[in-house]
Amino acid sequence: MKITRIGRASSVAVVAALALAACGSSSNNDSSSSAPAGGSGSGAAAGTATASGAGDCFSGSLNAAGSTAQQNAITQAISSYQSKCNGAKVSYNGTGSGAGITSFIAKQVDFAGSDSALSPDKGEPAKAKAACGSDALNLPMVTGPIAVAFNVKGVDKLNLTPDLIAKIFSGKITKWNDPEIAAANKGAKLPDTNISVFFRSDESGTTDNFTNYMNKTAPKIWTDEKSKKWTGKVGQGKSKTAGVATAVKATDGGIGYIEWGYAVQNKLNFASVNGVELTGASAGKAVEAAQVVGTGKDLSLKLDYTTKEPGAYPIILVTYEIVCSKYADATKGKNVKSFLSYMASPDFQKTLEGVGAAPLPAEIQSKVVDSINSIS
Amino acid sequence: MSSSTGASLSDELPDPDGRPPLRGDDANTGRAGDKVFGGLAIGSGIVVIAMVVLIAIFLLFQAIPAIGDDKVNFLTSREWNVSGRRFGILQMLWTTVVTSVVALIIAVPFAVAIALFLTHYAPRWLAGPAATVIDLLAAVPSIVYGLWGVIIVAPKSEGLQNWLSDVLGWFPLFAKVPSVGGGTTMFLVSIVLAIMVLPIVTALTREVFSQAPAAHQEAALALGATKWEMIRTAVLPFGKPGIISASMLGLGRALGETVAVLYILSALPDSSKWTWSLFNGGDTFAAKIANSASEFTGGTSTGAYIAAGLVLFILTFVVNAVARVVIERRKAFSE
Repeated sequence: MKITRIGRASSVAVVAALALAACGSSSNNDSSSSAPAGGSGSGAAAGTATASGAGDCFSGSLNAAGSTAQQNAITQAISSYQSKCNGAKVSYNGTGSGAGITSFIAKQVDFAGSDSALSPDKGEPAKAKAACGSDALNLPMVTGPIAVAFNVKGVDKLNLTPDLIAKIFSGKITKWNDPEIAAANKGAKLPDTNISVFFRSDESGTTDNFTNYMNKTAPKIWTDEKSKKWTGKVGQGKSKTAGVATAVKATDGGIGYIEWGYAVQNKLNFASVNGVELTGASAGKAVEAAQVVGTGKDLSLKLDYTTKEPGAYPIILVTYEIVCSKYADATKGKNVKSFLSYMASPDFQKTLEGVGAAPLPAEIQSKVVDSINSIS
Repeated sequence: MSSSTGASLSDELPDPDGRPPLRGDDANTGRAGDKVFGGLAIGSGIVVIAMVVLIAIFLLFQAIPAIGDDKVNFLTSREWNVSGRRFGILQMLWTTVVTSVVALIIAVPFAVAIALFLTHYAPRWLAGPAATVIDLLAAVPSIVYGLWGVIIVAPKSEGLQNWLSDVLGWFPLFAKVPSVGGGTTMFLVSIVLAIMVLPIVTALTREVFSQAPAAHQEAALALGATKWEMIRTAVLPFGKPGIISASMLGLGRALGETVAVLYILSALPDSSKWTWSLFNGGDTFAAKIANSASEFTGGTSTGAYIAAGLVLFILTFVVNAVARVVIERRKAFSE
């Protein structure tokens, strides 16, 4: 059969590509060893917004895995960090938060990305402590606002209240021209289209935060507790954020909750909540309203969805980097510190809006820097 | 066959070139070759069997504790809530089996027709390239089928699907399901799966048809049969077991298809109403497992998915075993 021949040719191509890739990376490493190695990252005064390690580079490699919600942001961080420090190789594998934490506990990665802090219910902090030999820290790093994306012909702007969101996603409102929606959008021409709700069919931190938001802001309408798995009674499930975004885009009358970056990438319209439009600044305000519940250097946040802060867009998701407070291998600790310092630096944080994430507000950011400086 | 010394009568006669005859021992290729080759063949066979057994043991060991933890009946519940320890496979089993069977119902007649065209109708210059093109269908990655299905076919097929459910809605399989829109239904998945299994079924049936004894075909023609009558009396009966076993292999492929299904099919919220309709959404075993794999954290939740995988394993195993049996029976026809 011809396939065999094609298969043979392609396997040769694959082998060749691997060989080339191997050459490529090894030559990178060669050039890197001659590059100036980073100095030790200690000494800067804690509490200032600049991280002590921000200017330093390390040479070697760093592996991380976890949440896909912060993948765009961390990919951006890696590429700009590596162009600054060409001796460093950082890789991040977007395997999902659960898998990232599992690999972190199994010591397969140096730090994990997760869209929720280590959960004491599952005994994760204890397991992570055992793996690290020291306490593990949750460091909020990337704010990922969740956009309520919609596709209604002739409607560009839509304003929703928490009650409306809960009613739409629980199937209590089924038409776009429902009087309740019209009341929140005076002057808008709403068509008589059916509302098609789309949800994530895989378990995800986005669903977890979104259901939590509805449960906290409209507890009478959305009665289910937060859950990583969609617990709604209506809608169609799509795989991953990309699947939901594609479906909303393809369906007139569609609505779904997706990470902001995907809504922007797919040129989808997204709703304002209580008149507040979703921007980097308005999401940042909601993070400011969050309360730090972690103890010591741990910075787990408790988001306040019902915040009355004017101009705050409340549906957000904060992704954490989960690190050891003291690495068994001191070089590893220094490397993690150097990379995360860069990621937390205001210079990098302000570029995050380009990938659909919001920068950390200054107050939290300085606490994060403080915690990073304590890593050893 | 068994004369490993390589001595035969022809060796005792001089060459046509007049050289002396070969001596027996010189023609011997050596026994080491026999041993090495035999060892490799046996070893490969054992490795494959051991692998299947180990996979089965792995699945069983991971699945049994999870099923034991299950608060609802694993086989008859439609719920799938692993963190709440309430999970059953009924919905997935239904979706998996129905999409695959419908895919076969669409694909097999097509594949048989294509195979007959290639072996009996197409001119020689066309048969070769046409066969290659169909084989190429098998080389298209399933993610391409998935994206094509969801981005291009699904919106375009929505009208057809609505029309079908309007006209044939009285029949439970075609009942209207208002909650699933955009054409992302089991019906569309069946069509895409049909396209995916088409090359496998075609290739195998083509092989079988091309082996139909020429003597039978010529005899049929000599008795005055038309071409169609000849095919019906001499080719199809000969190829029937081949068609069946090819269908079974195709079914195995359809049952295990992951990515294409994952991209196309709309998942259902829990506690959605049961319907027999093809225009419903759902999840197949493979798609569900792949979709959730990133959040596996061990324990019961992972075990539940592995238990679902075990059911799929058993299902494909049974399908392939049936195919084997049919292929064995085919021997009776070959001479």
